[in-house]
Amino acid sequence: MKPKDNLKTCDLDCLRLDHRVHKGDVMGTLIEEIFSRKSGRAVNAGEILLLDVDYIMSHDNTTPLAIKAFREIGKPILDKNRVVLHLDHAYPAPNVLAAENHRKIFDFVKEQELPHFFQQGVCHQVMIEEGFVTPGSIVIGADSHSNTYGAMGAFGTGLGSTEIGVAWVTGKCWFKVPETIRVELHGRTQRGVYAKDVMIHIAGLLGMDGGTYRSVEFGGEYIDSLPLHERIIFPNMSTEIGAKCGLIAADQVTLDYLENETPARGKGPFEQIRPVNPRYERVLELDVSPLAPQVACHPDVDNVKPLEQVEGLEVQQVYIGTCTNARYEDLEIVANMLKGKKVDPYTRVIVTPASARIYKKALQNGLIEILMDAGCTVTGTGCGACIGRHGGILAPGERALTTMNRNFIGRMGSPLSEIYLASPATAAATALTGRITDPRGMM
Amino acid sequence: MGKAWTFGENMNTDEIIPGRYNITIDPLELAKNVFCEVKPEYARNVQPGDVIVGGQNFGCGSSREHAPIAIKGSQAKCVIAVSFARIFFRNAINIGLPILECPEAVADITEGDEIEVDLSSGGILNRTNGRQYQARPLPDFVLKIAEAGGIVNFLKEHEIQELLR
Repeated sequence: MKPKDNLKTCDLDCLRLDHRVHKGDVMGTLIEEIFSRKSGRAVNAGEILLLDVDYIMSHDNTTPLAIKAFREIGKPILDKNRVVLHLDHAYPAPNVLAAENHRKIFDFVKEQELPHFFQQGVCHQVMIEEGFVTPGSIVIGADSHSNTYGAMGAFGTGLGSTEIGVAWVTGKCWFKVPETIRVELHGRTQRGVYAKDVMIHIAGLLGMDGGTYRSVEFGGEYIDSLPLHERIIFPNMSTEIGAKCGLIAADQVTLDYLENETPARGKGPFEQIRPVNPRYERVLELDVSPLAPQVACHPDVDNVKPLEQVEGLEVQQVYIGTCTNARYEDLEIVANMLKGKKVDPYTRVIVTPASARIYKKALQNGLIEILMDAGCTVTGTGCGACIGRHGGILAPGERALTTMNRNFIGRMGSPLSEIYLASPATAAATALTGRITDPRGMM
Repeated sequence: MGKAWTFGENMNTDEIIPGRYNITIDPLELAKNVFCEVKPEYARNVQPGDVIVGGQNFGCGSSREHAPIAIKGSQAKCVIAVSFARIFFRNAINIGLPILECPEAVADITEGDEIEVDLSSGGILNRTNGRQYQARPLPDFVLKIAEAGGIVNFLKEHEIQELLR
């Protein structure tokens, strides 16, 4: 279904999509406010800026090409403290080529004496845990899900490797100030319905190119009420609708997380930058209260259905992992649902914690034991299964229900396999039955 | 002049080059598997100068630069599409793969048409049906990168600040 048709046929009364233009002084959307502070002057959508970036992220999949660009440019790294490298995409190495790739990166880190190098889990989670992402900062990454950093009120965006190599040398990157789509979310979700369900629903409404080149700003009382691990879903999946960035304004929740959970790289106090009398290109308003669990069905992220329409569909694998939904709280939901039970014997159930820190906490608090007793396979941290590298490849004809953000054809292995996206609770319910199952009856 | 290879809407980076092949950064190696799942005959039969034609949101998905590199490595001359996903757009310009936005041309081109493209003017001629089209012009600073043959070449000769001057 085309996104636009989808919008028209949407059966929710709560949906309102309009074009709002404020009278009076137009100040700035959240992205305009962030970019204005970085530019030292007021900037508006449409302008092209060359900005200093705070951190430059890349991982084992994208760093080798960045090193190639860096060598070809032939100039030194401007500020080594801004360079952050991760090994997570094919880690530990599943084959000789991946190992060679890692070796290249290890050698580079040594040669350049780079201070920030991690083998601690999925890059985006580690970036946030380690305090590299702070409100108002600019963090670019050679990974499309670098939009995730918007959950901290930062501008995060994905770029290719060559631009990462360029940023190592120049400390800068060009950006066109994007127009903004505001997503205003009201109400509270029902029990068993999570941020993931809400975001999948939004992806269905806007379509996989509905946010292309745009900043998608998420706000409203529902977002305000969410803890950080739930907020992260929205910017993370803004990538799936083509957005340049997905942003949530920093508030006390953000600052408390930075204060209590991260080293925050010693840079506070942080400003709570907010949109000021903004002009939005579009506003999508949604009441999340009536929403049921949602599933993004094979083969597109905007092929979204309420779970009841695909309930009972057999699956051969359940995967709980990735930068979208493998945080401690996600594992807690799954463990609570699987405690004392057994997963379906004909289904592979794989749990991959998003970071070493999450893994350790889950271990200390007994979650890992519960998951293993229920028959889950708990793997080391990383991205492997989500990109079809290792740790959960699908055979032809197999169907997986996963907590991932992306269900492209062939992403997890065979091009003849299918990927369905849902919340950790839906994944846990499905793990127990081997069929797509509504979690609300099992909590 | 080259032959048109047509692809649908929302052609994503996994379809351009699946993740399992991204273990190398060699353009010729990558080119062996480009479009392998959606059009396996492409890699076998593509000729230098052929033209990729895509729908809207071409190159969506991952930030992997392997996607435009694989296309460039296959010796296709350029990609003409209705629109490009933003990271793919940047990546293609940065590595020197010419891209043209031209919905009118895309609507008229069918697989195998003989296409002539003037990269400097953005002019597209479909020799099979005799029609001409004009691609949307690129912004000046993007042209500077494209004319240098990519951002790396640009930076060998210039400072990055010169992009916006």
